[in-house]
Order: sequence, then structure tokens, then C-alpha cells
Amino acid sequence: MTNVETVGSERRNVGEYLQVFSSRHSSLLPTLAALVILILLFIGAEIFLRGDFISSGNISALLLDNAYLLILAVGMTFVIVTAGIDLSVGSVMAFTGIWLAKLLEAGTSPVIAIPAILLGGALIGLLIGVLVQFFDVQPFIASLAGLFLARGLAFVVSLSSIKVETPAVLWLQSTRIRFGDWYITPTGILALLVVAVGAYVMQYTRFGRTTYAVGGNQQAALMGLKVPRTTVAVYVISGICGGLAGLVLTAYSGAGYPRNGVGTELDVIAAVVIGGTVLTGGRGYVLGSLIGVFVYGTIKSIISFMGAEQSWMQIVIGALLLLFIVVQRAIVARSNRRT
Amino acid sequence: MKRVMKHRLFWPVVALVSLILINTVARSQFASITVRDDRLYGALIDILRQSAPLMLVSLGMTIVIATRGIDLSVGAVMAVSGAVALTIIDDATDPNSLGTVLVAVGAAVLVSLLLGGWNGFLVAALGIQPIIATLVLMLAGRGVALLITEGFITTVNSTPFSFISTGYVLLLPFAFFIWLAVVAAVGVIERRTALGVLTEAVGINPEASRLAGVRSRGIIWSAYAASAVLAGIAGVIYASNIRAADANAAGQFIELYAILAVVLGGTSLMGGKFSIAGTVVGVLIIQTLESTVLFLGVPSAQSPVFFAIVVVVVVIIQSPSLHRVVRNVFRGTRSGGTGEPTSDVEAAR
Amino acid sequence: MPADNEVSPIVAMRGITISFPGVLALDDVNFFLRPGEVHSLMGENGAGKSTLIKALTGVYAIDSGSIDVTGTSQVFRGTSDAEAAGISTVYQEINLCTNLSVGENVMLGHEPRKGGRIDWKAVHRMAAAHLESLGISVDTRSLLSNHSIAIQQLVAISRAMVLDAKVLVLDEPTSSLDRGEVEQLFTVIRDLRDKGAAILFVSHFLDQVYEISDRITVLRNGKLVGEYRVKDLPREDLVNKMIGRVLDDLEAIASTSARVIDRSETPILNVTDVGRRGVLEPADLSVFDGEIVGIAGLLGSGRTELVRLLYGADRADSGNIEVGGTAVKMTSPRQAIDHRIAFSSEDRRAEGIVSDLTVAENIVLGLQARKGFRRINPSKQESVVAEYMAALDVRPADPNMIAGNLSGGNQQKVLIARWLATAPELLILDEPTRGIDVGTKAELQRKVAELSEKGLSVIFISSELEEVLRLAQRVVVMRDRKCIGELDSQRLELDDLIDFIANQGTGSAA
Repeated sequence: MTNVETVGSERRNVGEYLQVFSSRHSSLLPTLAALVILILLFIGAEIFLRGDFISSGNISALLLDNAYLLILAVGMTFVIVTAGIDLSVGSVMAFTGIWLAKLLEAGTSPVIAIPAILLGGALIGLLIGVLVQFFDVQPFIASLAGLFLARGLAFVVSLSSIKVETPAVLWLQSTRIRFGDWYITPTGILALLVVAVGAYVMQYTRFGRTTYAVGGNQQAALMGLKVPRTTVAVYVISGICGGLAGLVLTAYSGAGYPRNGVGTELDVIAAVVIGGTVLTGGRGYVLGSLIGVFVYGTIKSIISFMGAEQSWMQIVIGALLLLFIVVQRAIVARSNRRT
Repeated sequence: MKRVMKHRLFWPVVALVSLILINTVARSQFASITVRDDRLYGALIDILRQSAPLMLVSLGMTIVIATRGIDLSVGAVMAVSGAVALTIIDDATDPNSLGTVLVAVGAAVLVSLLLGGWNGFLVAALGIQPIIATLVLMLAGRGVALLITEGFITTVNSTPFSFISTGYVLLLPFAFFIWLAVVAAVGVIERRTALGVLTEAVGINPEASRLAGVRSRGIIWSAYAASAVLAGIAGVIYASNIRAADANAAGQFIELYAILAVVLGGTSLMGGKFSIAGTVVGVLIIQTLESTVLFLGVPSAQSPVFFAIVVVVVVIIQSPSLHRVVRNVFRGTRSGGTGEPTSDVEAAR
Repeated sequence: MPADNEVSPIVAMRGITISFPGVLALDDVNFFLRPGEVHSLMGENGAGKSTLIKALTGVYAIDSGSIDVTGTSQVFRGTSDAEAAGISTVYQEINLCTNLSVGENVMLGHEPRKGGRIDWKAVHRMAAAHLESLGISVDTRSLLSNHSIAIQQLVAISRAMVLDAKVLVLDEPTSSLDRGEVEQLFTVIRDLRDKGAAILFVSHFLDQVYEISDRITVLRNGKLVGEYRVKDLPREDLVNKMIGRVLDDLEAIASTSARVIDRSETPILNVTDVGRRGVLEPADLSVFDGEIVGIAGLLGSGRTELVRLLYGADRADSGNIEVGGTAVKMTSPRQAIDHRIAFSSEDRRAEGIVSDLTVAENIVLGLQARKGFRRINPSKQESVVAEYMAALDVRPADPNMIAGNLSGGNQQKVLIARWLATAPELLILDEPTRGIDVGTKAELQRKVAELSEKGLSVIFISSELEEVLRLAQRVVVMRDRKCIGELDSQRLELDDLIDFIANQGTGSAA
């Protein structure tokens, strides 16, 4: 669109382009809004906090401090897109984390320990998925049971924290791969990998497209789609992500701690919703959740930068969540009325 | 009607009684009650006393669930309520005066009422899904509580305030009388006025209720307000027990236990008919289970595993698909079927 | 009688019997679908039409009989079995994913893949080609929700074609379409038919059935009435076969249709131009004091839709409503109730009975809702409940019985009792006698007549035209979501009414 004949025809082209874009990608709008908010946050922080905020160190830390959240958000995106919810992720993260620490302490090789904890997370996810799909249990209640189970198991493994000394695991966090002033650790790479795989699956596989269908159409089974296995699978995925997050968090803090992740599921849900995934299902993007996590992390960063109390964090996230939900509801209501 | 009531309460009561019996068999002191200094002591008395916060929260949760809703914010409201009460007492000139304590409790309950009104507004007026609407307060509420206490765990020494959760009246714990009074009040309000029936109508068939002229909005709004007020009182009791306002620990996970109590008591999560008595039994079951777990020497931090198993068993038993499978098994398999829908119509929900 | 011998049927359903607890939904029904034909299945509520369709599409299992598709015997254990056999259904509530793009909806579950990943270019190319072959061109990348129901329906049909359907079942496809969209749909249907598909067209719209179908099968009360070629079946014959003549033991009831109504005063309800886009064309209606106005027409003609707008159960897009001469806004049932209007819904299960409450609680619900939170005096409640249970002969006569356990007919009585107990000035009864035995029907009609003599105005909807003719002083006739006329019922004969319903305004001579 570089050649302009007359002003009038250019306006028409842009208008047409916008119309086509919005008719094709209106579900992208919430995610774009999140991106705008992220950019505004950066700019605002940069201006009001006297220019120290946007630094390579800070942005690198943004990814690494929130790597565990990012991994959980990918799993949660799958679940919420099917119109479900998984309240167990924080507890699964704690359980797998402490179990990993315990296994390593007992001398188990990471090659066995890591798959073991992933399996543990997957099994809890399987339990939730089965309850939801085959016993008609509401996802909220089923994942609540998962939360109880995982949290209790975490304390069964150990009542107190266990330090991790295994070099292979610590390497994940301590190694910094530098690009000039920027750096990234293997945990960060892992998180980004999970995001990439998640986004690919949702966009380019039949399974991924089925999750959208399940979320958008309660009678998706009548379309001949394999609803039961999709529904169970998303909870298993969320459980595996819980395990990966447990690994990452344990590497990050150098120890497993059974009290980790209390309330984390709410932060994950908030990040995913802020990133443009609608809680009623059917719409959302993994990359949107990535942006949502960054928004979350930036706010946390700004708050600590400002020296304000951490309690503001919860209030701001709560308020932001509310704003997004109300706006989402308005958008969905409008598109329903149109048809 | 009586037949139904007996039927619904039957299993919960049986479960509770069995639990108590098992405990008594395992440790004979369980059922023993001793008298000392005008007070009754014993494991059973402890259960009556300790169940107060959960009892109040569960009562509120019952009403909200009856309207086909849910209230996830009760723990956060407890935290806010405790923070408000304690801050007032802490800043007061005489923390030991009864007047101060009354003002503090009154303020805490009022704040809780406002929070409940907020929830009700989101659900009834804006039509937001209850899970989501109350999730917001669940997140933000603790932040607010932390702000009020300025991040510290405020401790107070106030005799009247401590009396709320640790005092005794007529041999029995004061906290017990609180929840007994609330149960009676809720029972009277729900059953002696039309509120109970109208709430059930709204939960069972919202459309029929609308066409019949029932004011659903007001009913839903007041359900959330009630839930928050009860959570507020629970928060005061909790704070009185630890003599502090701990914005993080207050009411942690209580919404989950409350939902479990309601479900154990026979009220369906799908809304509609509810049972106050059932919830009472459900709470006592949970409290007794907690006591059992502790007695077994299991650290209380590990007790959630037991509750997870209980939740899974209960929901599987209550599951409609299980009923269908059982019915089909008993009816025997007929290749022609009974003209009932094939399975994927149900699954396609 | 069924089955011409020129083309052999692609679907042959023989001796189909399906029963539910207490009701024989289908009794030894035969039904045949032939390729290259549009076949309509007709019948009123309770005729067994939807049950037969559900048996064909695999939703219901059959108790006895056989289903053959292209000569092979089939047993459907679920909808995917039916789909695998080549039977595709486009449901009334479009069963697509409005959150996904048009192209994706067409290809969902069968997306072409390249190297293990979905080839989106090919998805949209193939979808566009399929849609093109139906004569539709839309941007396949746009979200389905951006398009009208008409387009969504065509997308659904297109999806069925992707699945290589031999039989296409269209369930009430035109309910939300305007005239132009119906034309477009019919063009597509004719095209598919000419290409050899067998199409089952299910619709209440008589005009459309006659326009598009080649053959009609009529069901009544679970039994097959007959299969006819459209050109051999004039409209009034069809209507007659569907509604038929009901044995009239009710002659004993005094007819109120002859009563003289004073129409000089302000009508108790006056409605002008009230309509709702996609649901009802603007209509007029007025009801006077003590008058019974009947609304007659086939199922789906818009009778219920009209009264719902009057009651505020749905919101009207247009028109004015006046109660007792004063203009009012009717935006909720609460307002209607405050104006002393009562509405007994035809769908008693979904919109009437609160199933887990007792009979007594259901009966006083209207009164209680109006009174607010203060309980109705228990002894007053008892007497009100007893009075109406006796008047309507609710069985079993146990006020504490759970309403959901009552039979359908008794539930209907409880619902009517609820409204009568509120002592309204205008009572709207939508199919109040459906599923009620003859004796109780008589009792109900007697009660309604009695009340109207005392000044109660009634709007009365019934598919049983004799009822309407007997009770109402005026009859408003509806067809295809439109009011087509008003008749004075005093000297109106049943045949004339049937003829009016079938032919009025179509230009086909009576």
C-alpha cells in the first residue's frame, strides 16, 4: 500500500483493510489490547521512574523471574480455551518441585527424576480430566480436588524445604548465556520453548483446533470431533506444565519448598485472561498469555521499583482482571447480539 | 416432604456418627468430656469451638450455591474483616473496653457487607459468571487486607476481643453459641420468610421463576451480601483466636472446605434446594475428619490429601453419569435401548 | 400409500417403534427417503416427528424396527454412527463454532495437512471451493460470528457436503431467515437435490414446505398417516391430516363463543404493530373485558412468540402496548404481572414448573413472588392450594408432592392453578390442554368459561381448533410468523377455519 493515487482511495483501502482485519481476527483484539498495555507500562515506567526501568538487565530478569509463571500459563491457556479451569497448578508446581529436590537428595539421577516428576504432574492432570469428562464434575471442583491432593502430597514428601545441590539442575539457572548486556538462562530457554511448542500445537494441529471447537461449541461432539480425549488431554498438559514449572522454580530458588505456589493459580489465570484468553472458552492465544505474563511481571517489577508494598500487586492484578473480564463480556455480548 | 428431608440428611448424619464412633474406638478419650472451672473440655467440645469460622462461611456458601452461584472470595473477606477489626482495636485508646471491641466488630461486618454488595453487583447486575466475579475479590481482597495492616501481622491484647473465640458461657464455648445463633437466624430467615423458597426457585429454574415474577436480582444480590457478612464474622472469630490479623493466612483455602461442606450436606452445586442442617452436618464431618487426621499423627499440612480423596469419592457418587451407568447395568443391556438418548448427546454438553 | 416404485430409497426405516416411560412416541412407523428428492416430514407436537428424526440421526436408539441405508442394515449407537453412514444433519441451533473462521468450520476435523501440520492455505482454498459449489462466496478467513444465521446455515450445509453426505437432514432451517435468505437456501437445496442428494426438510412453514418439497410424510400421535407426493395433496387435506378431527365428547360444555361482548369500552389490552425482528412480523391484537380471544394456527406460526411479547417475556422491537388505555412498556414479566396479566407457558417443564419444589409451593409461587419476602399466611396458603387442587382435580391430591414427579397433564394443571390464584385481569393460556385427558380438558374449559363470565379476559392458544371455536368469541389466525386475519367465531365452522389457516392469502382457492 505504498502508491497513493488520491487521498480518497487511500482512505478506502485502509478502511477496507481494517474491516477485513477485524472480521477475521476480532478475537485477537484483547491480545492486542494487552500488548498496548504492556508497551504503555514500559513507557510509563521509563518516564516516571526516571529512565532506569528499561534496561537489558531488567528485561532479561523479566523473563527469568517469571519463567515458571510462563510455563504454567501455557498449560492454563489450553485448559481455559476448552472453557475449563485448573486450580491445581500452583500446588502441582510445589509438589513436583519438592519431590524433585527429595529425589535428587536421595541420589537419583536427574535423568530419571525429571521425567518422574513430569509423570506425577501428568497423573494429577489425568485425574482431573477424567473427573471432568467422564463423571460430569465441574472443572472448578475437579481441579480443586487436584489442588488439595497436590498440596497435601507436597507436605507428605517433606514438611520443610530441601536444598538442591545437583549441579545438573542448578546449571539450568546459574548458567547465563550472554548477548551483550542481555542474558538468558536455560530455564528461560525452556520457558520460551514451551511457549513455542504450545503455540504451534494450538495453531497447526487438529488437536489444538479441537480445543477451540470444544470451548466454542458445547455440542462439538455432534460435529464428529473427539471431544473426550481432547478434554482429558488439556488437563494432562496442564499437569505436565506444572511439573516443568516445578523444575524451573526449584532450579531458580535452589531448593524445593512445599509452601511454594500458594495462590499462584490465580496469578496464572489473571495473566492468561489479561493476555486475551476468554474465560468462557473458545478464544485465546498462547502468545497472548506470554504477553499477559509479561504484563504481570512488569507490574510486579514496577511496584518493587517504586518501593511500594507488595500488597498493591494483588490489588492491581485484581483490578486489571476485573477490567478485562468486563470488557470481554461486553465484546462477547455484542458479537452474540449481532448473530 | 419429611421423607425427602430424612433421605437427604440420612447419609451425612450416618457418616458423621460413624466418624465419631471410629474415633472413640481408636482413642477412648475422644468422647470423654470433663468439667473444670465451669467449662467443659474434650475433643468433641473442641470440634464445636473450632468449627465456628468454617460453619459461618459454609452457611453463606450454601445460600450462594442455592442460587446457582459460588463465592470464592470468602477467605479474602475474612482477611479484610480481621484486618479492619484489629486495626481499630490496635489504634484505640483502650483496647480492653467492650465498646471498642463492639465498634471494631461492627465496622468489620459493615465492610464485609459492602464487599458482598460488590460481588452481588457483578453477578446480579452485570451478569458476570459467579466464579469469575468472586475471583476478582479473592485476588484483590488479600491485597486490601495487607494494606490495612500495612503488611504486618498486628497483634493485640484485648480481653473482650479474645473472648469471642476462646471464652466460655454456660459451660460451652462462646464461639459455639455464635454459630448456633447464626444457624438459627439463617434457618428462621430462610424458612419462616419466603426467602428460602424463592431462592430455591431461582436456583432450580431461573426462567420459570422469571416468568412467575420472582425478583431474582434482589435475591441473588442478597445471597452474596449474606455470604460476605457471614465471612466477615468468621474473620473476626479467626482473628480473635490468633489475636492477630494475618492477611495471608486468614481463611486460606476456606472456600474449598466450605464448598466441600455444602456438597457433603447434600446441597447440589447446580443450585436449587438447599439444606442448612445438611451444611451443619457437613462442617462437623470436616472438622471431625481434621481432628481424626491430627490424631493419627498426620501433620495437619498433609491433611488435604484426605480431603482430596473425600471430594473425589463424593463427586463420583453424586455424578449423574454414574447414576446412568448403574441404572443401565441394573436394567440389563438391551441392544435396542429404551429410547433413551445415546451417550454422546449427554456428553455433548 | 407409501413407496412409489421408480427410485429405490436410500434410507428405509421400517416398523420403527420407540417408547419412553409412559408414552409411545412412535408406533410402527415406516419412512423412506429417496435420492434426488426433497422430502418433508409433517406433524404437530407429540406427533413423533422429532423422535423419528432423532432415530435417523442416531440421537435415539430404536426399540424395534429396522433402518437401512443404501440397502445395508444399520444400528446407530450415536450420532457419529449416523454420520459415518452418510447422514448429515444441520440443526436448528447451528452446530458450528462461531469463534472460528468460516473456512475452519467447513473443514474442522478434516483439515488438510502438509508435513504433519495443518496447511491453512489449503484449508481456505478447499473451503472456498465447497462454498463456491453451493453458490456462496464469503471470505473464508472471516469469523463465523460475523455472518448472518442464513450464511451460517449454508456453511453448515457445506460442511455436510465435505463429509460426503448422501442424506442431508435440515431441521427447521428457515426459522430465522428472511424472504431473500430463504430463496438463497432453496436454490442451494434444489441444486443439491439435482446432484442426487436425499434431503429431509423439516419445517412448520406450510408455504415453504409446498414450495420446496417433492414428497410429504404425515405423522400423527406417533403413527404414520401417509406418504404423499406434494402435487397430490392440497393444503387443507394436509392440515386436516395433521390436526384431524378430535372426537367431540365436549359438546356438553356450553359454548361461550356466542356470548356478546361489549367492545365499546377501552380494551383491557390493545397492542399495535408489535413485532420482533426474525421472530414475529408486526401484529395487532386487542382484548376486551370478559372476552376470550383465541389464537389459531399451526405450530411455529408465531402464536407463542406474539403472547410472549405481550407479557414482556421477550422484548419487542416495535409497536405499542396499552393496558386499560394507558401506554406501557412491557419489558419484563414483573411489569406484566403488576398490570394483572398472567401467562401460562406452553413449555411447562422448562418455563413453568419448578420441578424440585412441592405442588403447593409451585401453586403459590406467583402469589408469593408478588408478595415479596413475607410469607403468605400458612393457613391461607393451605386453603388456596386446596381450592385450586380441587377445582382442577390435580392428581395425586397431595400438596406436598414434588412437582417434578407429577404427570405432564397434572403439571399443566398446577401451572394453571398458579396463575388463577393470582386473580389476574387478563390470563394468557398457551396450549393449556396439551397432554390433558378429555375429562380434565372439559373441566378446564368450564373453569375458563366461568371466569370469563365473571369478567376475566383470556387469550387462548390451542392447536385443537374445536376448543378455540367453542370458547373464543374472536379468533386471530396466524401463519408463518405473521398475523393473517381475524375471524368472528360465532358462525365459524371448523372446516372454514382450517381452510383459512391453510389458504388465506395464498391465492389458492378454497
